[in-house]
Amino acid sequence: MEPINLTEKTDWRFIDQVKKESGQDPALCYQCGNCTAGCPYTKYFDFPVSQVMRLLQAGQKETILNSRSIWLCATCEACTTRCPCEIDIAHIMDVLRIIARRENYVSEKDVKKFYDAFLASMKHHGRVFEVGILMGYNFKSGHLFADADLGPKILGKGKIHFLPTRIKGRDKVAEIFRKFQEKRKNRG
Amino acid sequence: MAEKEYIYFPGCSLEASAIEYDMSVRKVLTSLGVKLIEPDDWSCCGSTPAHSVDHVFAAAVAARNLAIVEKMGASTVITACPACLSAFKKAHHRMKKEESFKKEVNAILDEPYNCGVTAKSVLQILLEDIGPKAVAEKVTTDLPDLKVAPYYGCIINRPPEIMEFDNPENPVAMDNLMEAVGVKVCDFAFKVECCGAAFGVAKRKMVNELSSKVLTMALDAGANCLVVTCQLCQQNLDLRQDQINSTMGSSFNIPVLFFTQVMGLTYGYSPQELGIDKHNVNAESLIKSRRPVEERIKEEQEKAKEKKPKAKKAEEEES
Repeated sequence: MEPINLTEKTDWRFIDQVKKESGQDPALCYQCGNCTAGCPYTKYFDFPVSQVMRLLQAGQKETILNSRSIWLCATCEACTTRCPCEIDIAHIMDVLRIIARRENYVSEKDVKKFYDAFLASMKHHGRVFEVGILMGYNFKSGHLFADADLGPKILGKGKIHFLPTRIKGRDKVAEIFRKFQEKRKNRG
Repeated sequence: MAEKEYIYFPGCSLEASAIEYDMSVRKVLTSLGVKLIEPDDWSCCGSTPAHSVDHVFAAAVAARNLAIVEKMGASTVITACPACLSAFKKAHHRMKKEESFKKEVNAILDEPYNCGVTAKSVLQILLEDIGPKAVAEKVTTDLPDLKVAPYYGCIINRPPEIMEFDNPENPVAMDNLMEAVGVKVCDFAFKVECCGAAFGVAKRKMVNELSSKVLTMALDAGANCLVVTCQLCQQNLDLRQDQINSTMGSSFNIPVLFFTQVMGLTYGYSPQELGIDKHNVNAESLIKSRRPVEERIKEEQEKAKEKKPKAKKAEEEES
C-alpha cells in the first residue's frame, strides 16, 4: 500500500458515516488479521479485509469505495464470527458496499448487475424467477451465454419454469421498493 | 407420535432449481408426523441482493413474510433455505433490538411486523423438537456404501448471536442426524468454508475454485458424497461440477445430496420421490446397495450364530 498522509487525507466525515450506518466502531480493530486469515476471498480481494478496516480507520474513502473487495465479499460471516474485538466486520463491508452503490462507485459491475437483475425480478413478480434473472443479467452484462452450459443439465428435470410465479401481493412488494426509493429521495 | 404443525416457508429456489430439496423436506417431515402449512402469498426474502442495497429495505422485504406468519397467529416459521433463514433472523434481531430501525422498516411495509416470530431451520426443528431418537425410529433402510462429508456452508450458523443454533466453527447438527439414520459420517475439516455463494453467475471462475477446495477436502476426508443444507452450496458443488472440472483440470465425480434426501432414502423413499435423479452428478452407484434394515439384522444374527462355536472353543483354550 502507498504511504498515506493522514493529516491531509483523512476523511473524518466518512468514518462517522460508516460508524453511524453500521453501528460499529472501526477504531476497536487492532489489526490482528484474524478476519483476513479466515476470509475465503482474500485471494481475490485487492485489499484484504483487515486492510479495508485499517483504511477505514484512516478515513480513506476513495480507496475503499473504489476497491473490488467490498463487492467480492460474500457476507459469509467468518470475519464477524472470529473477530476478537467483536466488530461486525461483515456488516461494515455490507455498509461500504451500500455506500458505494449509493454514490456510484462500482468496481465490480457484473456483481452489481446480477444483484440488480435479481431485484428487478423480485419487484415484478413478488418472488424471484430464476430464468428471468439469468436472462436479464446476460442481456445487461453483455455476457450473453453466461452459464448457457448449465441449461442442458437441468432441462427436462422439472427445475426450470419458463414463466414466473406471480404472487397476488406483488404490488405490495413493488410498493416496498417504491416507498424505499421515495424515502431515500426525501433524504436527498 | 403427537402430530406437530409448522408454518413452512419454501423460498423461491425451492420452487424451481432446488425443487428436490422441497420434495425431500416434505417427505421426511410427513414421515415424522409433521404437518406443514405455507404462509399465504409469501414473497422473496430479499437474500444477498437486498442487503447490498440498504438494510431497512432488506429488513422490510424479509419482514413482510414474518408479518404474514404473525397474522396467522404463529410464533415460529421454519425454512430449509439458509438465505431465507438468515434474512428473517437478521431482520427480526435488529427490529427487536432497535426501536428506531423497527419504525423505519414498518414505515415502508403494508402490514407492520411486531417482532413476534422466531425463524428456525428445518435442521434445527429436526434436532430440537423431534430429536435424533424419533428420527432414528423411522429408519427402514440401510445405505451401506455411503460415506458422507457434512457440509454446512457459511450462514446457517453464523453469526452465532443471530443464528442461535449449533456451533459456528464445528457444527454437528447434520452429523448427528446422519448418524441417527445410520449413515457413516466422515470427519470433515471444511464444514463451514464458503463455496462461492451467489457469485456463480457473475464470477464463475472464483466460485469454481472455491468449490473445488470443498470437494477436494471431502475426498481427502474419505467421503464419497457430500450432504448439504443449502441449495446454493448444492448448486455450486453439483450443477457446476463439470465447470469446476474444466476450470481446474480436475475429474471430480462426487454426488452432493441434501441431508433430507439421505434421510428420505433411509426412510424407504425412492430416489425419484426425493428428486435425487434431478442432480447433475449421479448418485446411483452409491445408493443402489440400499436394503431393508431387517436383512442386515438377520445376517448379523446368522453370523453371530456361526461365530459362537468358534468363540467358545477359543475361550476354552484360553482357560
